[in-house]
Amino acid sequence: MYTFQRLRPAARNSKLLYPLLQAIRKSSTQAGDIKPLASLLIANRGEIALRVGRTASEYGIRTTTLYTNPDALSQHALSSPFSINLGDPSAYLDGDRIIAIAKEQGCEAIHPGYGFLSENPAFARKCVEAGLVFVGPPWEAIEDMGSKSRSKEIMTYAGVPCIPGYHGHIQDPEYLKAEAAKIGYPVLLKAVKGGGGKGMRIVNTPAEFHQQLDSAKSEARNSFGDEIMLVEKYITKPRHIEVQVFADKHGNCVALGERDCSIQRRHQKILEESPAPHLEDSIRKDLWEKARAAASAVGYEGAGTVEFIFDNDTNEFFFMEMNTRLQVEHPVTEMVTGQDLVRWQLIVAEGGKLPLTQDQIEEEIAQRGHAIEARIYAENPAMNFIPDSGKLLHLRLPKASDTVRIDAGFVAGDEVSSHYDPMIAKLIVRAPTRQAALKKMTAALESYEVGGPITNIEFLKKVCVSPAFVGGEVETGYINKYREELFEQKPPPKEAIAQVAVGLLLQERNSVQSLAPSWGPFSALGAHFQERTYNIVELPADVQLKTEPMKVTIREVSPETLVVTVDTTTFNVSTSASSPKQFTTYFPHTRLETTMIRDEDRITIWQQGQQYKFKLVMPNWVEKALGVKDEAHSVLAPMPCKVLRVDVKAGDEVKKDQVVAVIESMKMETVIRSPIDGIISRVVHGPGDMCKAGTALVEFEE
Amino acid sequence: MNEVLERIRDLQARARQGGNAKAREKHVARGKMLPRDRITALIDPSTSFLELSSLAGHELYGEDIPSGGIITGVGTVSGVTCVIVANDATVKGGTYYPITVKKHLRAQEIAQQNRLPCIYLVDSGGANLPHQKDVFPGRDHFGRIFYNQARMSGAGIPQISVVMGPCTAGGAYVPSMSDESIIVNEQGHIFLAGPPLVKAATGEEVTAEELGGGKMHSTESGVTDYLAVDDAHALVLARRCISNLNWPQAQAVGYPSGVSISEQSKPWQDPLYDPAELNGIVGTNLRKQVDAHEIIARIVDGSEFAEFKPEFGPTLVTGFARVFGQQVGILASNGILLSPAALKGAHFIELCTKRHVPLLFLQNISGFMVGRDAEAGGIAKNGAKLVTAVACAAVPKLTVVFGASYGAGNYGMCGRAYSPRFLWTWPNAKTGVMGAEQLAGVMAAVGKGSDDGLKERIEKETDSVFGSARLWDDGIIEPALTRDYVGLGLRAALGGWTEKEDTTFGVFRM
Repeated sequence: MYTFQRLRPAARNSKLLYPLLQAIRKSSTQAGDIKPLASLLIANRGEIALRVGRTASEYGIRTTTLYTNPDALSQHALSSPFSINLGDPSAYLDGDRIIAIAKEQGCEAIHPGYGFLSENPAFARKCVEAGLVFVGPPWEAIEDMGSKSRSKEIMTYAGVPCIPGYHGHIQDPEYLKAEAAKIGYPVLLKAVKGGGGKGMRIVNTPAEFHQQLDSAKSEARNSFGDEIMLVEKYITKPRHIEVQVFADKHGNCVALGERDCSIQRRHQKILEESPAPHLEDSIRKDLWEKARAAASAVGYEGAGTVEFIFDNDTNEFFFMEMNTRLQVEHPVTEMVTGQDLVRWQLIVAEGGKLPLTQDQIEEEIAQRGHAIEARIYAENPAMNFIPDSGKLLHLRLPKASDTVRIDAGFVAGDEVSSHYDPMIAKLIVRAPTRQAALKKMTAALESYEVGGPITNIEFLKKVCVSPAFVGGEVETGYINKYREELFEQKPPPKEAIAQVAVGLLLQERNSVQSLAPSWGPFSALGAHFQERTYNIVELPADVQLKTEPMKVTIREVSPETLVVTVDTTTFNVSTSASSPKQFTTYFPHTRLETTMIRDEDRITIWQQGQQYKFKLVMPNWVEKALGVKDEAHSVLAPMPCKVLRVDVKAGDEVKKDQVVAVIESMKMETVIRSPIDGIISRVVHGPGDMCKAGTALVEFEE
Repeated sequence: MNEVLERIRDLQARARQGGNAKAREKHVARGKMLPRDRITALIDPSTSFLELSSLAGHELYGEDIPSGGIITGVGTVSGVTCVIVANDATVKGGTYYPITVKKHLRAQEIAQQNRLPCIYLVDSGGANLPHQKDVFPGRDHFGRIFYNQARMSGAGIPQISVVMGPCTAGGAYVPSMSDESIIVNEQGHIFLAGPPLVKAATGEEVTAEELGGGKMHSTESGVTDYLAVDDAHALVLARRCISNLNWPQAQAVGYPSGVSISEQSKPWQDPLYDPAELNGIVGTNLRKQVDAHEIIARIVDGSEFAEFKPEFGPTLVTGFARVFGQQVGILASNGILLSPAALKGAHFIELCTKRHVPLLFLQNISGFMVGRDAEAGGIAKNGAKLVTAVACAAVPKLTVVFGASYGAGNYGMCGRAYSPRFLWTWPNAKTGVMGAEQLAGVMAAVGKGSDDGLKERIEKETDSVFGSARLWDDGIIEPALTRDYVGLGLRAALGGWTEKEDTTFGVFRM
């Protein structure tokens, strides 16, 4: 290690030194004996902390978890016998503190999960210096791969194809623009330190270069405190294919198949699958080879992912980056290989040899078919996937099995905090073929119910049955390309609205029954009085769409028999409830089993594998008596956020879709547009203000 | 029988519409809810409203006064069984005709007897002036409403008013005498004299809103306690008031808690014999004897009836049964009352009062037995024993007239004068001193039978609709629904019945 330290500055300047560098690393990290781990600190949260804990516990390793104030009651914090409070919400990033805790608690190793400190070379290094085992690659490898420009240098040297581009230090905008011209438009601007789509912009023409550069820089500055940008060729019909690699301290390096992660929104993956569809076997094998070469080039150890851009038009692929951690979508690989990758990580960390050779892995893959993962996010696809947060009022999961896996970080009643990533769970299925896996995924999504925050489940269902996707025609621009199909709004069937009214009646009935544990003899004698009216509005996912309230009347004939009229359609139905939120109604033509969750005036129902959201129109008096403002006259913050800037002032006349304000949430900027043509009466919140979801930002004159 | 039923249904449906279409449209156009909609919004969902005397005022004044211009009944509000009195402003501005007063007072009587909180939905122009002589001065006239309010409040029976329209002169005292009052802003008005009268009296010019509007009364005078935005809001506030009464919630008759009301979870069994058959069992010819057991079998749980002294005095059927799980003692007419039957009835009432079991009278009686043998057998003193027992029994009594209600039979079987908590009549029933034919016959025999129309007149005056219009009962009910009415009546009677009173009988002449 010491030798390497000294050598390193020199190494930077000479590509010729790389083979030597590797040799030195190998010798410096070569472990003599296997040292079994007895204890592990999991420096992460949510599903990945649970995931790591599960394997560690299975092998008898004592786990310690960490939590912050908002996370005190979260599942990962409750999952281990030892759990330490870090306090501040951002403290998962406090490496020194975490190392100190690991020492205090007598933990031998730290597993960083993904995100947070997982790819922080300084942290990895400090771990080692503190005498802790960092479950991950050597910190030098993290550092090399962490820099986009540097990783490209190394890859080019190792014979891994890289995308044409400028990765240099000269950041003069005009110079960058000249480089862009050299590469040829369209080009991609990317923050060198960036990731996850942040600080990334596509530039289609020279004219918009500077504007996009400023925007990318600003986002990068806010996200990572660094604004150094690189320019790359932008491939118009790209696919994202990545290879899972694993290396041990004994010089073994294997590829555990590839994953196609082309279905992305906001440059982040939502559907991942393995094997990649429509990929020639020779190209597939070539990808694996290049990925192993890439890992070897940096003296890799442990789990890593080599990401490639695959050009659908030319069948070329280019190295994009290497992620030096276990990835969110690792279960896809676990499903197709039958391996436990966390277990592999621990084996490597203990100094052991990889459990399988490349040939053995390929045998496994040949037997196991196709796997797909869907990420379940608290986010609103119709509003450009802006994150949502809030309490999980209701949760129903698909039935787990050998081929249906759910990695979740939450249970019903938990809060999806706006402090962290809004991923609720991962749903992974496996089947013999891709077609079968897609059907299985669709079925699983249809039985997945999440009440509370808006989720992308409905959207995922649409993608899974989208003909082009089913046909394997994947590309990273898929969602945009098939926007019309994927975001089509269908009005809910009348039966769904009828079910809402039935559900409301049952809930009201239930609430008075809990008041008085008795019930009057029920008969037609009061029939003339029993007609009740509910005004229900469909809540389109896009808050800027307006829908008209639908009047539903419901008359009870007996406790089970109801006459429900929606608009002009009347149904004579019989209904029975199996729990306060589940009921079955026999319509003249069909049976509907419905789950209904009510949160104040918001109603969500699930039936026949579909979710519908409604709002109960409040009686007229509510506004006057309780001072509740009609939302139509104000622009609301769609999520908990910080106001970055407000572009209007009182008295301004604005047009529909005109930019009103820019907010930041989850480290992402969102532009808030006017829902109507109107005149601003008041700016409620100014720059710097923190707002809760649903807070008015500006108000219009009535 | 079907013909009779259809007539009643038709009359009731028309009465339920309230005032004429124009009046109703005008009412709704003002942003007000129709009185029956108000009641629907006030009571708990999926609960029945036990409406009383919907045919009150029918053909009484030569003008149409549907339901007597007031809707009264028993309903469940926030789990509490309450008496609800709602003026119907679409009927003559909700003014009080004599029958309106009578119906209001009867509702209060029910509240008092059964200890049920009262909710008044006030929307009335006050006394109907042309009828003032029959609404104002008497003991059981307008003033009695406020007397009752004060007495009930004193007895701890809550009085809640919701002012949803005018409350003028005497009417002003309904909210003023209430424990808590809610008023709808810019709609409810309370004043002793309206703006025109004020101008005439003092020359002061003032708007109704300034004189007695919701804002003024809620902020300045303190006549009202809660200011509501509209009817719907006012009713929500009323429900909230009831939920704060700390009042025992009805538990006597009913389903247990739980969402699903399936066959298995019911704590009682439905009758084995379909109650719907009741519509066909009794005809309109009251001379045809009906076996009381046939009626009982279609009213009580599981058609199970533990008959007391079945072989003794069989013209009165007595025994224990349950209705919606609540135990009752039943006395059912099964022919002319003879001495043994009267003695058995008195004995049975004694049993029930000792055990605090409510009584259900099923009345179809042409009278006590007459004749030398009967008199010698002491029918007078034995009948008196039954009447004494009925009069003194301090348990809730319910009466259903399913046929004839003639003469002393009416007394012995707990007619209106014997203060049953509720008295319902079947459409075919006749109430009178005796049948029209017999009465005409008697009159002829005593030499005054020259009146040719007498029989027809008496026929009409003993008809159930004639009686119900005059509040001799609490309503005409469909025979098939008897079980439900009895169930609701028992719940009303037992829901507010907190202390079990012991019965002290008068002297039984032995």
